[in-house]
Amino acid sequence: METRFLMGNEAIALGAIAAGVNLVAGYPGTPSTEVLETVAKENDGSIYVEWSVNEKAAMEVAAGASYSGARTLVTMKQVGLNVASDPLMSLEYVGIKGGMVVMVADDPGPISSQTEQDTRTFSMFSKLPCFDPASPQEAYDMIKTAYEYSERYKTPVFFRPTTRICHAYSSVTLDDEAAYKINIPEGFVKDSSRWVIFPKLSFKNHAAIEKRNDEMSDDFSELSYNSVINGSRTLGVASGGISFSNSCEIIRGLEDAPSLLKIATPFPFPEKLALSFLKDKTEVLCIEELDPVIERALLQVCGKYGLSVKIRGKMTGDIARSGEITKDDVRRYINRFVKGTDDLDVPSSLPGNDAPELPVRPPVLCAGCPHRASFYAVKKAMKGIETIYAGDIGCYTLGNAMPLDMVDTCLCMGAGVNIAQGVGRIKPDTKCFAFVGDSTFFASAITGVVNAVYNGADMTLVVLDNSTTAMTGHQPHPGTGKTMMGDIGNKVDIEAVLRGVGVEAVVHVDPLKLSEAVAAVKQTAMKEGVKAIIFESPCAMLFKPEKPVSVDTDRCIGCKLCIKELGCPGLSFRDGAVTIDDSLCNGCGLCSQVCPVGAIKKEDA
Amino acid sequence: MSTNIILCGVGGQGTVLASKLVASAAMKAGSKVMSAETIGMAQKGGSVFSHLRVGDDTVSPMISKGEADLIIGFEPSETVRMLPYLREGGAVITAIRPVMPVTAALSGSSYNGTEMISYLKSCSRIGRLVTVDTDEAIRSIGNPKAMNMVLLGAASRAGLLGSITHEDIIEAMKRKVKPQFVEMNIKALEFAEV
Repeated sequence: METRFLMGNEAIALGAIAAGVNLVAGYPGTPSTEVLETVAKENDGSIYVEWSVNEKAAMEVAAGASYSGARTLVTMKQVGLNVASDPLMSLEYVGIKGGMVVMVADDPGPISSQTEQDTRTFSMFSKLPCFDPASPQEAYDMIKTAYEYSERYKTPVFFRPTTRICHAYSSVTLDDEAAYKINIPEGFVKDSSRWVIFPKLSFKNHAAIEKRNDEMSDDFSELSYNSVINGSRTLGVASGGISFSNSCEIIRGLEDAPSLLKIATPFPFPEKLALSFLKDKTEVLCIEELDPVIERALLQVCGKYGLSVKIRGKMTGDIARSGEITKDDVRRYINRFVKGTDDLDVPSSLPGNDAPELPVRPPVLCAGCPHRASFYAVKKAMKGIETIYAGDIGCYTLGNAMPLDMVDTCLCMGAGVNIAQGVGRIKPDTKCFAFVGDSTFFASAITGVVNAVYNGADMTLVVLDNSTTAMTGHQPHPGTGKTMMGDIGNKVDIEAVLRGVGVEAVVHVDPLKLSEAVAAVKQTAMKEGVKAIIFESPCAMLFKPEKPVSVDTDRCIGCKLCIKELGCPGLSFRDGAVTIDDSLCNGCGLCSQVCPVGAIKKEDA
Repeated sequence: MSTNIILCGVGGQGTVLASKLVASAAMKAGSKVMSAETIGMAQKGGSVFSHLRVGDDTVSPMISKGEADLIIGFEPSETVRMLPYLREGGAVITAIRPVMPVTAALSGSSYNGTEMISYLKSCSRIGRLVTVDTDEAIRSIGNPKAMNMVLLGAASRAGLLGSITHEDIIEAMKRKVKPQFVEMNIKALEFAEV
């Protein structure tokens, strides 16, 4: 038994390794990314690990391996589940052989996501069982249970932590390696009556799935992760995940503490356990983030068994219906519920309320980020021309911020290239641009380019190729040729893909050479049909910074043009001149090309 | 009883490593540790924090308002932003050097950090306030990345990390950083007057 200080995502990864996982596939996305990375790091070589091109590919690779008896793990964030949902919905009807855990990280807030969707709700929709850990230690232990259930019932199962579990750190007690399960897959055994989906098979399996989920509900009522902490006979709190951990601490300090029901398997819901909890209760408050999943399930139990317990939560307006529920929120909710007042244990005269105005810090492109140069080059080149700039998902979404203001739309991965076409269909005299990163290009933009070529659209695709998946922490992708097994594989060439699908005008340019970049954009964007500009410059985090630029304060006329045009965090204005923050500047030299009087000097190495 | 520490600053200042060192030191001493931190988009020039809890009775990694024993702030306005988390009589250690957000540079805001330090000095709720001129430290040490160690060292030598001693922090640093940086980090940990 060893105790290590682990991030929740690391605990999940080590739990999967202890459960004998044979294959792990996923696509990066905050807050899920570190799970797959940790398996790759801790891999003794016996586990196959890959960053797939997107979540759908990951799900299908894992399905094939599971059919062959392998224990598999698929990792993604909640919006990635939308991409993977096509294979997953059908896979539930077909079933699997080797245990398959679909790890989907939800992001209440949202802190770094487009949506606040709830994988527990997706679990009910898709009929997959769902496990919802309340701490890193529980995540480590519970994923092993998840594999057992998956194999016993031949179904993929969801494992659904939220950001505050994924990115929490905790002392975690690990199993001895001798206790690790070893799973030796037997390989794919042909059986077309089992692995080929047809309406007849789906009908048969649908009935079996419903029956199985009833059985699992009974199993889960006995499962130790679902539990009751007894307190008040009449008042109860029901919760799960991080909200359970927060509720535990708040309730512990109360004299008249309510009883606490912990739901670790929101679907199939442990109905019998809930029924025994609700007995004698008059009121139960449901504290959960995202959808009112526990609340609806308890209401259902009350309706089904004719219980007259008042179930409170999101649907009664007692709990916020959106956003993260903090520990302070939990304290307020429980105090109101138990005492009927907002009487906080914390004095109301907290410091900070009378503080001077605090600067706001929206996230910005890093100092030296080549995306800033790319956006600026397009902006300069298209000045005075009617344009639309469709953005996409990645660091470059931050190109929307002032002063660049170069992202007019952003929807989901790969959407920009099609949105640009749609805008152009309605207003053909608008020059339509779609910006897409290299990893996003491979993940889901290629079909959009094919659509544009096939349907004869008039648009400019701008590929921001920084040789990495930067936003999620620099994962390799098909364009880099590196794989998670440490091999240098086949590098997929973006230009070759574009030419292969019929884009004739493709130019490469270094965005940090401003005048060349502006000229290339002007020339390319004015052509007809589908054309592409590939801006190539590595992410500023990938290499050792060059010497910071310097300002000749005698020459600087204080016009602030560099700041107003570029908005680089390395630039600020002090005592009548621009100053460079040496701890941020990486010497990209873009500002020196913007300065009208040559006051900013880039030193040659 | 748990010791609750908040480390805060602007993305890229090294709050995460500092938090890891305290955690490692506490675990070595046999305590249970939990923490939570900002990861992802908000890291890029945004406000970042790390909640760190040492003690066997913690269930949640999050610290609630009025519960922090210590705030280690790497930027003065970020220190003030986290003040609602401080308990009555808690301690604050802060760098005095401001980091200007791009929005402030664009709007010509007058923010310069001194207003935050004056405000902190006026807060009766703060039991102990240590301000650190990290510019001086960085000039002397020669590496802007060492700032997190300067503040952490000030906290440990002032005895503000609960049962974790300054020696525990030095040992933890030796375990966590590359050998060629050990000497520089020792200098940083011992730099500030407390």
